[in-house]
Amino acid sequence: MNTQVTEIRSGFTSLLYKELLRFWRVAFQTIAAPVMTALLYLVVFAQVLQDRLKVYGEINYTQFLIPGLMMMSMLQNAFANPSSSLIQSRITGNLVFILVTPISTMEFFWAYVLAAVARGLSVGLAVWLCSLVFLPLPVTYPVWILAFAVIGSAIMGVLGLIAGLWSEKFDQLAAFQNFLIMPATFLSGVFYSIHSLPPFWQAVSHWNPLFYTIDGFRYGFFGMSDANPWTSLVIVLVVFAAVTALAIQLLRSGYKLRY
Amino acid sequence: MSEFAIEFEHIHKTYAPARRSWIKSLLSKPGSQQAGFTALRDVSLQVKHGEFFGLLGPNGAGKTSLISILAGLSYPTQGRARVCGHDVVQDYKLARRNLGVVPQELVYDPFFTVRETLRIQSGYYGLGNNDDWIDEILHNLGLSDKANANMRALSGGMKRRVLVAQALVHRPPVIVLDEPTAGVDVDLRRSLWEFISKLNQQGHTILLTTHYLEEAETLCGRIAMLKRGRIVALDTTQALLARVGAHGLEEAFVEIMRQSAQETVTA
Repeated sequence: MNTQVTEIRSGFTSLLYKELLRFWRVAFQTIAAPVMTALLYLVVFAQVLQDRLKVYGEINYTQFLIPGLMMMSMLQNAFANPSSSLIQSRITGNLVFILVTPISTMEFFWAYVLAAVARGLSVGLAVWLCSLVFLPLPVTYPVWILAFAVIGSAIMGVLGLIAGLWSEKFDQLAAFQNFLIMPATFLSGVFYSIHSLPPFWQAVSHWNPLFYTIDGFRYGFFGMSDANPWTSLVIVLVVFAAVTALAIQLLRSGYKLRY
Repeated sequence: MSEFAIEFEHIHKTYAPARRSWIKSLLSKPGSQQAGFTALRDVSLQVKHGEFFGLLGPNGAGKTSLISILAGLSYPTQGRARVCGHDVVQDYKLARRNLGVVPQELVYDPFFTVRETLRIQSGYYGLGNNDDWIDEILHNLGLSDKANANMRALSGGMKRRVLVAQALVHRPPVIVLDEPTAGVDVDLRRSLWEFISKLNQQGHTILLTTHYLEEAETLCGRIAMLKRGRIVALDTTQALLARVGAHGLEEAFVEIMRQSAQETVTA
């Protein structure tokens, strides 16, 4: 019983399971509430603008809006999952139970990011299913839909991880969420095609990486988009690689975790 | 296999000064950079396999800093620490796999039940089907009837028992208890020490920090006393008592702390 242990087995699946169980336990707050918010946007905007706007010449505005709302909900919830988990664990002190184990930096990183992707996809799927009550969407390229849903959620999962590591108080996390994530998602083409914007704001939108996640995601439904989907894919992959490199560097250095 | 369960070699630990906002940095005088806080100064000690070792000292002496380095919660500024011969920085996976730590603070995850907490903790060490051992720990710590209770619903004493259970869930050969009986009732204290003594008799190495010196006197074969980050005494419990002619460890502790204060003044 007191024998030394010389073999290590991975704790990754357990950490991933814990992160999934954590949001599932409060699914009313983590899944149902964002779906409700997205549906309210849909009801209000679709009612007001349905008959006034056509996008890409032929697409009904309600149809155009649904993928945007799906992606916006996915992005915001993928961000919220690791950021809220980490800050709660840090403030209550229970993060120590993970830090004293042999779980490696990469296992830690992927467990939090994959749980974020799972929550993002769950919320996105739920919004889609509920939106069927209003209007069915065409599905032109399912692979593009899945690719942008997964990569978009993963980018926000990594950003959530970075925000959770950086924030020492709930109001710092709220600042990150309300002054960076929320504007970036709202101004990324959820509610409009950027071609309807003046040239200056079109140019600004092209510097927002979240624009490419939403635009590429929409391409999967309609086969039409503001930007070339391959360009969007390359940009979101580069952004994912960049934020991943930063997050892994922070984790390796023990930033605000190990002193 | 290393001869020692725990090794500290010339450990220094200086914590970085608290970060100041850039506005405060701009407004402060040039060269007014705060120095960091030195918690440990050249601490070296070894604990052999199967020992029951006590780490004593007043508040702020560096006990928790030393334990944090062993557990990988902080990095030494200088020096090396090993668990069962595994360096806690270079070979951290095996070092942590061989170590169980009961933290000082009463912390818990409010999302889970006691059994879920222990299964998840067990999984962090890659141990899947561990329910037989989990049931044994729950029984020995008097937690069997609370296995399916949410952590939030437990009393302070019960939460403390779960902390001990979490540290033991992967059957570590080395167990560190950082003031495990602070603020707990007599019943828990007795059952906890019975269980920990049983584990020690089975060969587990125990490192204990406590302010209850009668517990340390009864349980610990050897004791190190820390003061302001330095070891001021390191010997068997009996030898420490004999050294200052004390009748009990509390008397010896007070005397050794007083002597070290005088040495500091005269130095």
